Amino acid sequence: MIGSAAATAGLLVAPLLGEEARKNAAATQQADPNAIPVALDVNGKVHQLELDPRTTLLDALREHLDITGPKKGCDQGACGACTVLIDGRRVLSCLNLAAMNSGKKIVTVEGLAGDGRLQAIQAAFIRNDGFQCGYCTSGQICSAVALIREGRAHSDAEIREWMSGNVCRCGCYLGIVEAVKEASNATV
Amino acid sequence: MQPFDFVREHEVSTAVKAGSRDGAKFIAGGTNLVDLMKCDVEHPTHVVDINAVPLSKVEQVPGGVRIGALVRMSDLAVHPLIVKNFPAISQSLLVSASPQIRNMASIGGNLMQRTRCPYFRELTWTPCNKRNPGSGCSAIEGENRLHAILGTSDACIATHPSDLAVAVAALDGVLTLRGPKGERQVNATDFHLLPGNTPHIEHDLKHGEMITSLFIPDGPHAKRSSYLKIRDRASFEFALTAAAVGLDLDGSLIRSARVAFGGVGTKPWRAKFAEAALGGQRATPDVFRAAAEAEMKSAVAHRQNAYKIELMKRTLVRALSDLAGGVA
Repeated sequence: MIGSAAATAGLLVAPLLGEEARKNAAATQQADPNAIPVALDVNGKVHQLELDPRTTLLDALREHLDITGPKKGCDQGACGACTVLIDGRRVLSCLNLAAMNSGKKIVTVEGLAGDGRLQAIQAAFIRNDGFQCGYCTSGQICSAVALIREGRAHSDAEIREWMSGNVCRCGCYLGIVEAVKEASNATV
Repeated sequence: MQPFDFVREHEVSTAVKAGSRDGAKFIAGGTNLVDLMKCDVEHPTHVVDINAVPLSKVEQVPGGVRIGALVRMSDLAVHPLIVKNFPAISQSLLVSASPQIRNMASIGGNLMQRTRCPYFRELTWTPCNKRNPGSGCSAIEGENRLHAILGTSDACIATHPSDLAVAVAALDGVLTLRGPKGERQVNATDFHLLPGNTPHIEHDLKHGEMITSLFIPDGPHAKRSSYLKIRDRASFEFALTAAAVGLDLDGSLIRSARVAFGGVGTKPWRAKFAEAALGGQRATPDVFRAAAEAEMKSAVAHRQNAYKIELMKRTLVRALSDLAGGVA
């Protein structure tokens, strides 16, 4: 009952907080004399933003659009937790300025599932225990989607090499390799 | 990150103009520049986005291949022309960085990435002659296991990090640069500079100039070439040692050779002494070892990196043995 009450309260409160946060963010943006207009097409929806040019794509997604699937792990291109797809290619959103992405199609982990169904790789991660804490998982999954499209899932060794830009500190690599293999077989 | 203004340019001419302003930097993939801006090692006041400039073609031209400066590492690595005629270039790219970074990083940017070491990236270490010219070098007496053993000076022992640049140096690449005063060509081997007393000056690119293309000549060395990289871990890691090799063979006779080293030099290290020791000799392990010895005579180790001298020799012997294949 307590859990249920908390969940209900959360449902009521969270959107209000979210709205307030957005208003505050909008006020901050208006006050920023360095802000420039940036249109970001994320998961099929275009967002018109006013951003300081220093804003990375990762910060634009997380802090300005509340799209928190891409994670800030190292913030220096070493861990892969911030991996997103831009025009179908996997890239690191932490080393990418948001302003460089006007007119491009950005897909985060939130944009992968369709019609209430998980994409094959998402379901495969669950079935194969491809994660423990889950912090790296959204990056792993975006990377795996691209890897399968790139045709780099022919063997365990190839999957390991082509997933090497995504670090998992829980060490779930065995499950990750199995998940990529399974999803690749399902896709082909 | 320090504030900057951001502009996107669509033509080389307007990009060069925008890039000529004081404090301006070009951005392509951003994988090196954005990282160093976050550390406050780089702090441009103007950032010029050149990604819309049409420099993304790979073309067969008389005598070789011309690669646009904005071709991405991942695309060049699997381009049929490169795979077929310049295998060392393809291989050097495939062992670079990670798939995500290779999707972002441009060829021009790869050649322009900063020569760097952990002290260079970390502002809490005041002495770094690259960041603060004249302040000293923290690595010479510090942690230097990964540092250079060729081309070092009393001012800097940082290793040039690029794999591609090593293959390009071996295969006689030529860069085309465009600046406010027009266009010029520079041999890749002359483009990167030794640190000497000015380690903050890493290349022969004047302010406002940009790399527009990279030419690599066809030839027997390019066609029979390879890149071998030795690392602490299997993937997504800089080289401890690396060798780009190209052989022009007549049976087991080496007509001439092209050799460059990575992971050991303050710049991509064209190994002219090794090449001289290989030319006119039979392709045998003894000859390969002698070539390695000849090049590494001038190596200078510091406290933690003496292992690189022997490792580099063995890397070269293995690269040449593999490349010569059945004839050795």
